[in-house]
Amino acid sequence: MPAMAPETEGGGAAERVPAMQRLLDNHFLLLFLGVTVPAVLYLVWGIMEVAQIPIGK
Amino acid sequence: MAITSPEKRVWWNEPLHRPEVIWITIAFLWGLLMFGMMVYWHVAGRQNLSNEAYKVFPEKFAEKVEDMVAKYKVREEGATKIPVVRPPPGSDVYVLSRLWEWWPILELEKGATYRLHLSSMDWQHGFSLQPVNINIQVHPGYDLVLSITPDKAGEYTIVCNEFCGIGHHQMIGKIHVVDKK
Amino acid sequence: MAASNEFRTCSVTGLKVHLPAEALIKANAVVAVVFLAVGGLFGLLVALTRWQAVHILPAEWFYLLLTAHGADVLLFWVIFFEVALLYFASAILLNCRLATPWLAWVAFALMLAGAAIANVAVLQGESSVMFTSYVPMKAAPHFYVGLIVFAVGTLTAVGIFFGTLVIAREERTYQGSIPLVTFGALTAAIIAVFTLASGAIILIPTFLWSVGLITTIDPVMYKVIWWGMGHSSQQINVAAHVAVWYAIAAVVLGAKPISEKVSRTAFLMYILFLQLASAHHLLAEPGISSEWKVFNTSYALYLAVLGSMIHGMSVPGAIEAAQRKLGFNAGIFGWLRKAPWGNPAFSGMFISLVLFGFLGGISGVVLGTEQINLMMHNTLYVPGHFHATVVAGTTLAFMAFTYLAVPLVFRREIVLPTLAKWQPYLFGLGVAGISLFMMGAGTLGVARRHWDITFSDAPLTFEYPPAAILMMGLNGMSAVLAAIGGLAYVLVVVGSILFGKRLDAPDAERPRFIPRLPTTVAAYGSAGTLHVPGTIVLVTVFFMSFVLYYFVNWKYLSEIWPMR
Ligand code: HEM
Ligand SMILES: [Cu+2]
Ligand SMILES: [Cu+2]
Repeated sequence: MPAMAPETEGGGAAERVPAMQRLLDNHFLLLFLGVTVPAVLYLVWGIMEVAQIPIGK
Repeated sequence: MAITSPEKRVWWNEPLHRPEVIWITIAFLWGLLMFGMMVYWHVAGRQNLSNEAYKVFPEKFAEKVEDMVAKYKVREEGATKIPVVRPPPGSDVYVLSRLWEWWPILELEKGATYRLHLSSMDWQHGFSLQPVNINIQVHPGYDLVLSITPDKAGEYTIVCNEFCGIGHHQMIGKIHVVDKK
Repeated sequence: MAASNEFRTCSVTGLKVHLPAEALIKANAVVAVVFLAVGGLFGLLVALTRWQAVHILPAEWFYLLLTAHGADVLLFWVIFFEVALLYFASAILLNCRLATPWLAWVAFALMLAGAAIANVAVLQGESSVMFTSYVPMKAAPHFYVGLIVFAVGTLTAVGIFFGTLVIAREERTYQGSIPLVTFGALTAAIIAVFTLASGAIILIPTFLWSVGLITTIDPVMYKVIWWGMGHSSQQINVAAHVAVWYAIAAVVLGAKPISEKVSRTAFLMYILFLQLASAHHLLAEPGISSEWKVFNTSYALYLAVLGSMIHGMSVPGAIEAAQRKLGFNAGIFGWLRKAPWGNPAFSGMFISLVLFGFLGGISGVVLGTEQINLMMHNTLYVPGHFHATVVAGTTLAFMAFTYLAVPLVFRREIVLPTLAKWQPYLFGLGVAGISLFMMGAGTLGVARRHWDITFSDAPLTFEYPPAAILMMGLNGMSAVLAAIGGLAYVLVVVGSILFGKRLDAPDAERPRFIPRLPTTVAAYGSAGTLHVPGTIVLVTVFFMSFVLYYFVNWKYLSEIWPMR
């Protein structure tokens, strides 16, 4: 990731960028999470639910 | 401003304000409580939609419905002479949906519990029981089984509330709930 | 590197504007408004038909135009506008060139072609299946083709947004983090990727089925995946209109987010959890476990609702703080009384915020409660709820934004300013009406998508309570009001684009609805103490209404037939 070369002004050059801010600045990691989380929790789990409905007599 | 980059390079470390902290806490706890309500209702509530369902062939389902009608038919009703059936309390009862009717009409005893089966012969339909306002989706190829206990006597109407083609607004059925004889 | 003659400098904001991006924003926005006009007209006809005393359309036309209404407004109006917003929030706000403008034109052409094909299919009459097109009811194959082509175009446009973010970072056109509004747009774009992927997974097989290459599609499976698209696309709208709220508050009042950290974390909650709420549409389906239903319908313990409730405080809070900084300090609500209510960008935004929160938000959570859904599934309560979210919320916010976009992007002054001033009130009142009355009718059991609730030619008889018939009449009247508000919007926008005074001359005046702000406002930050008593009162009232309404519905539920 071409992550956040600290382009400093104001905040002071020494201040480290906290992990949470780095996450929020990492657009493609967010994209990955935003697609994977619902894909697993909603889609995959949901499809498994429907597939598991038993066959009636 | 919201349309320009934050002035401070590092904004994550800015302290939160008290009103914000309080509001976030309240909102978070409220979310937990609402989540807990759904779980709680499964344990203590008396209105939960059953998740018991089976994949079925429509013809197979129709056979069972016809069996029930043959056994328990008591009379006919309406312009199209829909059979009215009165199966014994505790038994399996069936309502079949197809373009554009609910078939047959059930006569149930107040306070008794029945295992109600819902399925469709063709497209999806919407089982909307009025005036109690109970609404359940009906699918072709799936038999949804739920235990119901009608607790008030009267005439109930099944309206179709899933769009099912041009006769959708004519698709109504009935369930009668009668006092124990 | 783009040639410098591809840019101009905005005389109002000082932003560097990429001209090809500007042209694309214009094209997408204009097409959006056309679809709103057409789809809105269909909505009016549908509402007038459901007004039993007017009952204007025959049954075939009712179902046909209801299908067209859903597609034209929910898909085409909203998504074309959102593409314009994505380009604006990336290229313009980041002072950057738009990635591959030629491809953006291809995307535009695909979207337009797809929308046109779907409309033709519906208007030909063989595809009156509602925009949800639940199987096994079948539409004409080109109906699905239209939707697929539209989705491919949209996905391309979303890709261009991401490409532009990359370019902006590499060419260092901004310092530090992207602006909050762009972050909101990023949230929308991320949700859009999931939305469009779900759409592809389900629409392509459905198309193959419609031409006979696949024999069956499981109807429950279809719904799970279809709503991965159908509901997530509503979440694109939420993220986009929240971004628009922040943008309007910034431009009109100089409002600054109270806390970047809090607002961005709220958007993160959207990115992670908002899309799970697609499960709202499956609560009444057979065979899916309650574990899945409860977890997903609650957006994972209501964490996305938490996000919305945070925005619900930070947007008015930012406005209050900015107003107080401007000197409107009297009492608890002096800042609100002295807000620029005559500026349609502001009034539209604020009405959108209030209606979305109070009507759309609360009803959505209640409707999405697993057990309570039993009393509301597929009744008119559902359209009542989502007209509060996607019409009062999203559509009105986008309308409000247009009053800024026309002078900034089209560089034309807004014509008919008096009509423009009233427009958000007319539309807001009308939409509040249709939302409330449809919800009311739904509470009385009235079915959605239904041509004749008197059942005049049915083999059996049934009557809904007279109050329900009354509600449908009031709904029809509100629809007329909303349609007048919508027409006013279209007139003002089209009039301004065609005939508005040009603002691109060097000596042009300041645009009417974009006030010159004192510089102190922008400097108001999260530093120092935060004094927003008015906002605290507002959120308290909101919270109490929410709790009350929530438990009233559990009470109703406890009175229906026991079942398990
Ligand atoms: C003048 C403005 C509008 C009026 C009067 C209006 C009215 C209505 C009415 C009466 C219905 C039918 C409810 C039913 O019978 O089931 C409906 C459905 C719908 N409306 Fe609107 N509406 C308007 C604008 C909008 C806008 C701007 C959007 C989206 C951004 C929208 C989205 C929808 C959707 C998605 C449906 C559901 C269609 C379906 O059931 O398939 N409407 N509208
Ligand atoms: Cu039906
Ligand atoms: Cu129907």
